[in-house]
Amino acid sequence: MSLETHIARKNLAIHPKERRIILKHADRPDYDASIDCYLRNGGYDQQKKAFSMKPEEICQEVLDAGVRGRGGAGFPAGMKWKFLDRKSGKPIYLICNADESEPGTFKDRQIIHKDPHQLIEGMMISAFAIQAAQAFIYIREEMPYGAKILEEAIEEARAKNLLGDNILGSGYSCDLVVHRGAAAYICGEETGLIESLEGKRAYPRIKPPYFPAALGLYMCPTIVNNVETLCNVKHIIEMGGHAYAEIGKPGNTGTRIWSLSGHVRKPGYYELENGVHTYGDLINEFGGGLRDGRQLQAVIPGGSSAKVWRAGERFKGKLRSGEEFDWAIEDVPLDFDGPMAAGSMSGSGAVVVIDDSVDIVEVLANINAFYAHESCGQCTPCREGSLWMKKITTRMANGGAREEDTALLASIGDQIAGRTICAHGEACAWPTQSFVAKFQDKFLDKAKQDPEQLSKRDFRMV
Amino acid sequence: MAFELSQETLDTIDKVIPRYPQRQSALMMILHAIQKEQGYLSLEAQEWVAERLEIAPIKVREVVTFYPFYREKPVGKHYIRVCRTLSCALNGSYKICDRLCQELDTKPGEISPDGKATVEFAECLASCGTAPVVMVDDDMYENLTEDDIVELARRIREEEIK
Repeated sequence: MSLETHIARKNLAIHPKERRIILKHADRPDYDASIDCYLRNGGYDQQKKAFSMKPEEICQEVLDAGVRGRGGAGFPAGMKWKFLDRKSGKPIYLICNADESEPGTFKDRQIIHKDPHQLIEGMMISAFAIQAAQAFIYIREEMPYGAKILEEAIEEARAKNLLGDNILGSGYSCDLVVHRGAAAYICGEETGLIESLEGKRAYPRIKPPYFPAALGLYMCPTIVNNVETLCNVKHIIEMGGHAYAEIGKPGNTGTRIWSLSGHVRKPGYYELENGVHTYGDLINEFGGGLRDGRQLQAVIPGGSSAKVWRAGERFKGKLRSGEEFDWAIEDVPLDFDGPMAAGSMSGSGAVVVIDDSVDIVEVLANINAFYAHESCGQCTPCREGSLWMKKITTRMANGGAREEDTALLASIGDQIAGRTICAHGEACAWPTQSFVAKFQDKFLDKAKQDPEQLSKRDFRMV
Repeated sequence: MAFELSQETLDTIDKVIPRYPQRQSALMMILHAIQKEQGYLSLEAQEWVAERLEIAPIKVREVVTFYPFYREKPVGKHYIRVCRTLSCALNGSYKICDRLCQELDTKPGEISPDGKATVEFAECLASCGTAPVVMVDDDMYENLTEDDIVELARRIREEEIK
């Protein structure tokens, strides 16, 4: 009987090929979340170093590092900071996006639970760099211990004058506040998050004009960065931006924490140097491969909104460098640009492996149920379209498939993407568009299956 | 009876409001505190919050009805969330939910006859690497098998979980 409550259990078997920077200490048996432990391991040294620098020097280091956002869009953090409207005279805000809710993603949870001070240090350096008046951590409701750990860590840091008034005697003051969400996926979208932090429904704002860097929280300039991105800032200060950029590949610098789940023997989180390993390595070497007697059916390379790959497909084209490529799924580099060249995205770094034990139509029905539930309801194409796609795929999985469903699904998907205020339109359309295109035979075949057998099936995902 | 809150909750509310540059920002944290104490957010509670924050009651109601976590009806002693999203579903979460409901003699979204639990499906709980997972109140249970579910349900029925 192994039933015990866990709050992000330690992963003691760290794969030797991992390159742990962010999770360097997290899984050490003797390491805990207290500030004493963090200080014993060089904690807050980089904050002290950063506070002796000029804010614009820190921004330059982050820009030189080329660190791309780890939340999903992969936009360079230093560029995001550069867009900050510093002339408005309004207060500047920093928000850490700890809403971690893209299905398949569980990396930020590890940082928050096991090394909360690393995040706080990264945030205070970032806050100082952009001269934020106040900073917030927006954490999802489903991490109640995470919120508690962060609140306790903040009080520990405040007691040591690492945040709050006149930090380390620098004359710079910045408070850090933990704000809890309430189980809405859309709060991971940065403008929806800002609305939520203002005490409203998380309706995303239209860009332009509401780019957070100019018109964010309370219509003031605001930077929203992911947990892992902000942790990286600490290491950029430690190494220097150019040295950091030596890790990984050009345009894909640093490490990334990949969340591997689904039908693999060893699901888990793996921090790897960007561009050095492939999806094949992640699934077969780090993840221990598929279960006995199973064949790969599909891989979702970057969270459930990323376009699916079908086992056996090949990706051909030219990289930005001009180099030609011809990859199987297993050859796609684990970084930002690799999955994009292969027609999908690395998103939040969540890789979901699907073997041949499940019905692919049912998998899409499960994903569609998620996006239909999470549409905020603001834009008609997304609100109506996501629900419609869910209804069709659920009916198909339950034995009511019609021949025309496949074409109808494709047409609905095509009419959502690009027609909504925020990227939830794409997030809900991409799975349907890609599943239907790549598994067309299986979708068409569904109408020929025995409805009674389907309705009585033992294994269900909707 | 007039709407009342415990001193502890009132203290929490007094503490969170000044953390934000604007009062309305404290709304979600206040709703969390009240729901934690009372189990749900009654209309009286929503009106009380509106008055406390000096905002129109509709502003509170908009938020309560938008976020899945806020409830307007009581739940059982334990609020149980079974993750139904992709990685958990690939690892059998639908069966887990059926079995849990069967063991607790209840249906998703309803209070069990003994009042001890409300089981609901939830969307991704961000623990996909240990799928399937279930949250009982604040605690996460991971890598669950049907046998684990039988044991979990027993602990809930026999009040071994507080």
